[in-house]
Amino acid sequence: MSSADVAGTTAAPAEAAGAGEEQRSVRSYGRFLRSELRLVFRRRRNQLLLLVVALFPLLIGIALKIASPHGGRGGGGPNNGAAFFAQLAGNGVFLTFIALTMLLILVLPVVVAIVSGDSVAGEAGYGTLRYLLAVPAGRTRLLSVKYLAIVCFAVAATFIVAIVALVTGLVLFPAGPVTLLSGDTVPLASGLLRVLYVTLYISFAMAAVGAIGLAISTFTEHGIGAIAAVMILIVASEVTDQVPQFASAGPYLPTHWWTMFAALLRSPVDTTTLWHGLASFAAYTVIFVLIAWARFTTTDVTS
Amino acid sequence: MTVSAGDAGLAIASEGLTKRFRGGQLAVSDLSLEVPRGSVYGFLGPNGSGKTTTIRMLLGLAFPTSGTAELLGVKVPGHANQVLSRVGSLVEGPAFYPFLSGWDNLARYDAADASASPKTAKARIGEALERVGLSNAARKRFRNYSLGMKQRLAIAAGLLQPRDLIILDEPTNGLDPQGTREVRSLIRHIAADGITVFVSSHLLAEVEQVSSHVGVMRGGKLVFQGSLPDLRRTGTARISVRTADEEAASAVFARLGLADSATVPGTASAALGDAEPEKVCAELVHAGVGVRGLSVETPSLEDLFVGLTGEGFDVER
Ligand SMILES: Nc1ncnc2c1ncn2[C@@H]1O[C@H](COP(=O)(O)OP(=O)(O)OP(=O)(O)O)[C@@H](O)[C@H]1O
Ligand SMILES: [Mg+2]
Repeated sequence: MSSADVAGTTAAPAEAAGAGEEQRSVRSYGRFLRSELRLVFRRRRNQLLLLVVALFPLLIGIALKIASPHGGRGGGGPNNGAAFFAQLAGNGVFLTFIALTMLLILVLPVVVAIVSGDSVAGEAGYGTLRYLLAVPAGRTRLLSVKYLAIVCFAVAATFIVAIVALVTGLVLFPAGPVTLLSGDTVPLASGLLRVLYVTLYISFAMAAVGAIGLAISTFTEHGIGAIAAVMILIVASEVTDQVPQFASAGPYLPTHWWTMFAALLRSPVDTTTLWHGLASFAAYTVIFVLIAWARFTTTDVTS
Repeated sequence: MTVSAGDAGLAIASEGLTKRFRGGQLAVSDLSLEVPRGSVYGFLGPNGSGKTTTIRMLLGLAFPTSGTAELLGVKVPGHANQVLSRVGSLVEGPAFYPFLSGWDNLARYDAADASASPKTAKARIGEALERVGLSNAARKRFRNYSLGMKQRLAIAAGLLQPRDLIILDEPTNGLDPQGTREVRSLIRHIAADGITVFVSSHLLAEVEQVSSHVGVMRGGKLVFQGSLPDLRRTGTARISVRTADEEAASAVFARLGLADSATVPGTASAALGDAEPEKVCAELVHAGVGVRGLSVETPSLEDLFVGLTGEGFDVER
């Protein structure tokens, strides 16, 4: 076969284009991403998930208000819960930490698992994956758009919890200088900044869950199966983390560092722990995005 | 007829294209397709003969086990993304998001296309819907489309951009006779614009009227490829004589060098080959064979197709 012909017909337009080409490809990427975001955020199921996520902090706040001032006996997170509940009576800002801690156990990871586990598998299930690739969307391009949309959804869900909890807390409970877990008191503004940091930290954790979901999603055509697999993985990790015999493995578990955001609520802030957590999330994200990429760019689409 | 894979005259070219699935199933074996530019190529074969698998490999969805393929002179699947925007396709039935409207579904696929201009998107989507007669159902959710409407939407998706090649895998599946006719006329229109159309079907009748070329698959292998007249030429005409004296007639056939002669009581027949029927008749009469009737039968395209693909109802693999 004559490769000269091939080069002649295909390479010429690519060369002629130059810098304008790059700009156009950035713009077309933006259009694709917006389309993906619209698909994710306009989907009724996903909107319901966000609604559920928004209702939880509201209900938690109301329940605690009814139970207060002495009823703050919580079934919260493993180490933070009780301390948080004690603080809430003094300051509404703490409802954010309570809500995030409680939702971190199951609700937030499940919501992210649903959207991420369904991301590629769902398209395969509908058969739309083959048409997207034939468009051509490009395998790597499609996967990156999928992951960015998952991250956006995970961040949105986390911030919705934080914001609804903050508003509910400030309405139902007193506001003012925030007394930290270490006993120090910081001004409200500083307290709010810590709320922001905590929310960002948890967003990173959820982005890592999204990467795990994306990777699993590339292995099946059944969205439900992928979602279940992510959830089993998360629960297994949480359980393992509670078993003293496995303590040495703890730091390597995907869920181990989630609740370490409590370091932000002490003075001075234990940044080493936080960086360890962020490094763990980054490692999980990179590894699982690579797994997803390796799988997705090399397998047949037979759905 | 051998053409090099890089030949500019071919819209689709493959050499030794083979796909063995992980289970060991050999779905496509040593396929060498030659689809001329500007042709309407009917890709025929019974269920399970490997048509869809071939199309998946051409579109870069499945990776060949061995062999090479080119679309419009560009290697696939390696460089598929360079060429696929010039290729419209329908693979194994329509697939869309059930919760989106027809319009939004097309907009979604269009947004995924790096080469599509967002400025013209609205006009192009409207035109594509118009072309398949779906304008009035554009806002309906895909979930509520009828089978035929779904099929039409899939064809519309293939027409979103100006194309050089359209690949249609069983485009008339699930359509009523009127829909089938419309698809056929759509194919004619597309072809009239100079676009190459590659259309698969398990029925010859479905593509016979629109195709200029056909390829016939059986059990993953290409058993015929060429123009429709080529296919017709593979059929050998037979001459048969009604007579009381079959043996004498057979002897005349043998003397004239006609092959495949056969007799049943009352009839003798043989392959006509290059011989002229008039001459055979004259020879028969000359030899004193009492001719009661004489006929020449050429097999129909359908007969030839069935001969190539086998008659059995059961899927062969
Ligand atoms: N993902 C797969 N894994 C294993 N075998 C497969 C797979 N996809 C297809 N096959 C097999 O490959 C063969 C060819 O299938 P293909 O779908 O290409 O046939 P087809 O010609 O399109 O048939 P139809 O007319 O029914 O659509 C069949 O025997 C089928 O069972
Ligand atoms: Mg098929």
